[in-house]
Amino acid sequence: MRSLTPRSVLLGLIAPVGALVFAAAVSAVILLATGHDPFDTVDAMATAAQRPRTLVNSLNTATSYYLSAVAVAIGFRMKLFNIGVDGQYRFAALLAAGLAGAAFMDSLPSFVRVALTILAAMLVGAAWAGLAALLKVTRGVSEVISTIMLNAIATYLVSYLNSPERLAVSTAGSNNIGTPKITEGGRVPGFEIEGSSSKVFGLVFLAVLVGFLYWFVLSRTRFGFELKATGLSESAAVASGVSVKKMVIVSMLLSGAVAGLVGMPELLGSSYSYSLNFPVGVGFIGIAVALLGRNHPIGMAIAALLWGFLFNTANSLDTAGVPREIVDIMQGVIVLSVVVAYELVRRYRVRAEQRAVGHALGRTKTAEEVTA
Amino acid sequence: MTGGGLSVGLETAPPKRGRRVSPMVYLIAAVAGLAVVSLVRVLTGANDLTSAGTTQAALTAAVPLAMAALGGLWTERAGVVNIGLEGMMVLGTFGAGYAGYQWGPWAAVVFGLLLGVVGGALHAVATVTFGVDHIISGVAINLLAPGAALFLSKEYFAKAPGGGQKQSPPIEDAQKITIPGLSDWLGTIEGKHWFLLSDLAGLLRGVTTQLSLLTVLAVLLIIGTAWVLWRSPFGLRLRSCGEAPAAAESLGVNVYRYKYIAVIASGAFAGLGGAFLAVSSGQYRDGQTGGRGFIGLAAMIFGNWRPGGLATGATLFGYTDAMALRNSAAVHALLLLLAIALLVVAVMQYRSGHNVLSGVAAAIGVLFGWWFFASDQVPPELVGAAPYVVTLLVLGLASQRLRPPRMGGEPYRRGQGA
Repeated sequence: MRSLTPRSVLLGLIAPVGALVFAAAVSAVILLATGHDPFDTVDAMATAAQRPRTLVNSLNTATSYYLSAVAVAIGFRMKLFNIGVDGQYRFAALLAAGLAGAAFMDSLPSFVRVALTILAAMLVGAAWAGLAALLKVTRGVSEVISTIMLNAIATYLVSYLNSPERLAVSTAGSNNIGTPKITEGGRVPGFEIEGSSSKVFGLVFLAVLVGFLYWFVLSRTRFGFELKATGLSESAAVASGVSVKKMVIVSMLLSGAVAGLVGMPELLGSSYSYSLNFPVGVGFIGIAVALLGRNHPIGMAIAALLWGFLFNTANSLDTAGVPREIVDIMQGVIVLSVVVAYELVRRYRVRAEQRAVGHALGRTKTAEEVTA
Repeated sequence: MTGGGLSVGLETAPPKRGRRVSPMVYLIAAVAGLAVVSLVRVLTGANDLTSAGTTQAALTAAVPLAMAALGGLWTERAGVVNIGLEGMMVLGTFGAGYAGYQWGPWAAVVFGLLLGVVGGALHAVATVTFGVDHIISGVAINLLAPGAALFLSKEYFAKAPGGGQKQSPPIEDAQKITIPGLSDWLGTIEGKHWFLLSDLAGLLRGVTTQLSLLTVLAVLLIIGTAWVLWRSPFGLRLRSCGEAPAAAESLGVNVYRYKYIAVIASGAFAGLGGAFLAVSSGQYRDGQTGGRGFIGLAAMIFGNWRPGGLATGATLFGYTDAMALRNSAAVHALLLLLAIALLVVAVMQYRSGHNVLSGVAAAIGVLFGWWFFASDQVPPELVGAAPYVVTLLVLGLASQRLRPPRMGGEPYRRGQGA
């Protein structure tokens, strides 16, 4: 464990802050090159940020992003790349929405309905991730490849199931189709915020709980220790009696279960139905957020809030005449530069440590020390 | 491929060098395969399975996949995993749209290639120079590229005549060649619906009628890649970087430089794939690639990290793509083909002593067969999933026959090799 000296804090912060500054600079250059004024863009985003509604929406978006990041981070801590969070959460959200919207659910008490919905989502997410785990431990198939394939298969399955002959109903007066709306008792109420037309999702607390559990399991339980040990050195973990196969299965199932939660705040807090305009790509955003937050429960929360804020203020850019995709570019540059920055800091640390050791070893002892 | 991750589960696949299969065996296998397809066609009456139109559509669909797969082959052979192919392909479609509507299809191809190179260079800097994890860099590129392409599309196409926020003005198609005389004659034979002969005629007519020059170029690139990577000293060195970089370095190979060349070439191929896609569909559209970069990756894995294999994989996946667009009855016949293929795998696995695998393959095969006989058609929404399902089946049921580059996905630092 590194001690918290000013120097180590500085080294820890320099990478993310440096990446943010670099990404902002790159975005500014792109804006200038395409004939926009970067300050107008910042101005438009800052104006949007003053509206309470934007802030509420940012928090709501960040809730999904955070859950997705935790799902990714569980794998990352043991060098397991769950690229499949995207497919897992969409498939889980669809099936959970189908269950929650079904007519027989109306007779159940509200708490049971919500719990059943969330449980179903976790089970579906875990099952979808479990396929990749199974292929990995029995056949050595890289989870990167299998989850990429499973993502695509999930996309087709979702579009198959989300049609009027199967789980969906068409909405009158629009060409959107989705699962039947969840009725009042199956929803999770939100919190009113002064001056904002949208509510804060009630399931924000679910994200906080998941973040706490993630921290607790990783740093306070034997399982968490073994998970991290496997990630740091597989051979050392095996030598100390960890069954890596079991770890792969359990952590992939956990990751998938958390991935199943990703769609829940939106589903139970605002859309009440899985339809064609349900958010997509949150799984990949989760990877970005986990990287920026270094798999740390607090770091990921900050990164998720930043990402949610950027996403929601980007809406104001189109009216300012700047394509909102500048935010996507900025986010992409942040991810790429932050991983490069972390690597550079790591190399610097190793060199500094070697220098310190070399310094300590290389010093010739004085005559007094020898005789003492 | 370990992807730089855990190596658990890999010990089940002892590397074994199989005997070399002569071209004759491939030919016999191809004819046997065609005979099975023909039989299925005669039995089900799905004449579109091997019609000239299907062949043409399959080729058009296969070319972008093959280019993405070639991109994957180049980097993976040099030991760098590139899941950013999809993003680089998106850049390629934009480049093609930008140059295509102004200066014609060949300018589109060149610009698509150049923008792909930009994506490849980004991946190379991140993975080779800075030693960033290959998967992470790839994911970042997949996040960055579509945003960048859409941003530029809104900047440049919104005001162009015939363009829009999310699409470019139309691009003229590349030249097409038809071998005169042959086409009509083959068409007559095809029309008779004879067993095997008509199928062969349909396939031949498909490749000799209205053949795009882009397809010809793609075939040349695949052959060229095979020659460069397996028959030239340069290729040997490049592949050595994927198998044993430390050993290569000790023999004087500049591993960094070879990795750079490979990753940039990979971006170029992915960009080309995007350009071919945009040119053959007549314009750039947002979201046009639709996961084709990933299908390309799948085709490469299906093809066992080899040029001939990936061409087969791309053709197969392009074929299902074409079927999905054209005719649902013929797609239904594909289920039976899949069932037969799985049963063949089951028999092969049984003979090499893998009883469990054989059982699983047989069970899945029976399931597909049952699906075929119990239904009248495949839901069109599901057909697109075929390449991914097939790849998972290959990985799950026949992975001991796959032989990926040994050090694929491992970050390499000069002087720190094992």
